[in-house]
Amino acid sequence: MKFVKLMAILLSLSLLTVTFAHAGKDLDAVKKKGYIQAGVNGGVFGFGMPDEKGVWKGLDVDTARAVAAAIFGDASKVKFTPLTAQQRFTALQSGEIDVLTRNATRTLSRETQLGLNFVTVNYYDGQGFMVPKKLGVKSAKELNGATVCVLPGTTTEQNAADYFRTNNMKMNPVVIESTSELAKTFFAGRCDVLTSDASQLAGTRAVAPNPKDYAILPEIISKEPLAPAVRHGDDQFRDIVDFSVLAMINAEELGITSANVDDMAKSKDPIIQRFLGVVPGNGAALGLDENWAYNIVKQVGNYGEIFERNVGVNTTLGIERGLNALWTNGGLMYSPPFK
Amino acid sequence: MQPQQPPATDVLKPSTPPFWRDEAKRALVFQVLALLIVALVSYYLYSNTQTNLERQSIATGFGFLDKEASFEIGETLIEYSAADTYTRALLVGALNTIKVSFIGIVLTIILGTVVGITRLSSNWLISKLAGAYIEVMQNIPVLLQLFFWYAIFYEAFPSPRQALNPFDGLFLCNRGMIFAVPEAHPAHGAMGWTLLLVLIGGYFLNRWGRRRQAATGIPFPALRLTFAAAIILPLLAWAVYGAPTAMDIPELRGFNFQGGVTVSPEFSALLLGLVIYTSAFVAEIVRAGIQSVGRGQIEAAMAVGLKPGQVLHLVVLPQALRVIIPPLTSQMLNLTKNSSLAIAIGYADFVAVTNTMINQTGQAIEGVALIMLVFLFFSLSTSLFMNWYNKKMALVER
Repeated sequence: MKFVKLMAILLSLSLLTVTFAHAGKDLDAVKKKGYIQAGVNGGVFGFGMPDEKGVWKGLDVDTARAVAAAIFGDASKVKFTPLTAQQRFTALQSGEIDVLTRNATRTLSRETQLGLNFVTVNYYDGQGFMVPKKLGVKSAKELNGATVCVLPGTTTEQNAADYFRTNNMKMNPVVIESTSELAKTFFAGRCDVLTSDASQLAGTRAVAPNPKDYAILPEIISKEPLAPAVRHGDDQFRDIVDFSVLAMINAEELGITSANVDDMAKSKDPIIQRFLGVVPGNGAALGLDENWAYNIVKQVGNYGEIFERNVGVNTTLGIERGLNALWTNGGLMYSPPFK
Repeated sequence: MQPQQPPATDVLKPSTPPFWRDEAKRALVFQVLALLIVALVSYYLYSNTQTNLERQSIATGFGFLDKEASFEIGETLIEYSAADTYTRALLVGALNTIKVSFIGIVLTIILGTVVGITRLSSNWLISKLAGAYIEVMQNIPVLLQLFFWYAIFYEAFPSPRQALNPFDGLFLCNRGMIFAVPEAHPAHGAMGWTLLLVLIGGYFLNRWGRRRQAATGIPFPALRLTFAAAIILPLLAWAVYGAPTAMDIPELRGFNFQGGVTVSPEFSALLLGLVIYTSAFVAEIVRAGIQSVGRGQIEAAMAVGLKPGQVLHLVVLPQALRVIIPPLTSQMLNLTKNSSLAIAIGYADFVAVTNTMINQTGQAIEGVALIMLVFLFFSLSTSLFMNWYNKKMALVER
């Protein structure tokens, strides 16, 4: 049971010895065991979910693979732990996982009170509402008195309550722990509305008995910058995770893809040469092989590639780049210089 | 050499053995040791947790309880809004747990007793049906049963706009069972007080009747009298207050029904699942209790001319209850603890509310500690009450 698992994690947190509290502990531990343990969602299509062959797929999964490619030069050196919204931070705090890539919203209270650091955002999301079309609702402002299906243990529950309060409306929440059980309940008509991050709504609609019967309302009621997180205590490891995400964004900015990376390595452009490690420096600075960024792009791809592969317009989710486009295309994805 | 004669006083007074040979002192040493180990381990766990939390700069303490909860709860017995504190949210959760546990325990005992007695019926079909019920329900995990009942509630019933309306004032839909209740009126308060007075009076009447029977042998129908009074007197009170008949009738407005009383599908599914599962165990306990009373006792009671009701009341039940109560207590505790499965089907019990709180504040250790404390309190109170009742029912040696 989930509660038992939470208890087990708590117990291991209390049993943690203080001995390994020196700098570089997480990176050392990861290098020693030879793989990264990444906490992922496990149930959200397009972000973190095993396919029918048991191969993990998703944007968050690929982010974790990029970190593995940077550290080990091999994107497959990563093991995944599916976590519920409730277990995720405790699992990271207790050391059960090394890095959390599980659509977690970066907030002030999480950053300050949970003993962890978020790195660069790998998906800009926002909370929305999905309704059956036959209700005839066109705006979230018409939802007064509605019964709302919502997952526990996320910022979602609070956002929904805030939104209804601000607009002087009443809501009647139905809170169910499992994502799939909640979706079933909503499709059966127990609730008028399902609320969650817009990306997750798209994922849920994709598996509906009849996706065309459901509409996502235009209002986005919150900012949900979803970012990977590591625990306090190892700044070097934090930098590596951070720049693994940034390397994918930077590669897209430079027009480097998994297909053309070998040709680009021959480029005379000093920016590309520095980025791909042809001119050394960046790798040594991070304590990694000079090939680290090359390995990420070659084995995982640039940000645009992983986006289109997992959630883009040609997938069942069909999500537009929107805020997640490069800054040059009107989005928020922006990488600092790699020098 | 002459054998030395010990002094006479030594022979008479047994020499005191060293403390490690003294059983009482040895036991004391072991107990102190055990206590010390427990204290050391607890201290180790506590200090280690503290150090780790501090090192990772994770917030601790119960200060968050006064902060605004800022989340809504679907079912509340008391006034609650997102603007209230976490303390009040937790109280709402605790009351919801008590609500489902209390109603669940009462229904479980009734259903369990009926099935248990049915199992002993001389009618082959009825007894086998009860047996099948017990075997099937005992052996399906309760979580699966909850999912099953919940799915029935939301899949089988129509949406509010097509709600079933079997008769005026009652609606059945996938939002639950919504029924009309009498509108608030002072008469209801008066009826409640009258009923309470009748019950208290009935208790003393019954005691007096029994004492008189013990002294003179003449029976007094105290129970029947009380029952009649419990129906007639509150009705009289109602009539005195002008016999109000206005009803608060539910009405479909916007998305949901407004007015009346709603029993949510989550509550119904949880209650049904828990009651059906636990009553299978209770049925077996009741059967064992009744079978523990010797056949000869019943025959002897009938031989002295007691009626069947009296045989059950005066001979079988008092002895059967001694066997039934202790395991029944543990089933009551089971039901209370199993009610924490509520989160799987969306009922806002204490665990569900605490889980949300843990997630918003990140203070898992405090939250889990609260869950343990509250359930310990529920369990210990149930145990205390049942132990008292057990003592009352236990064999009194004269």
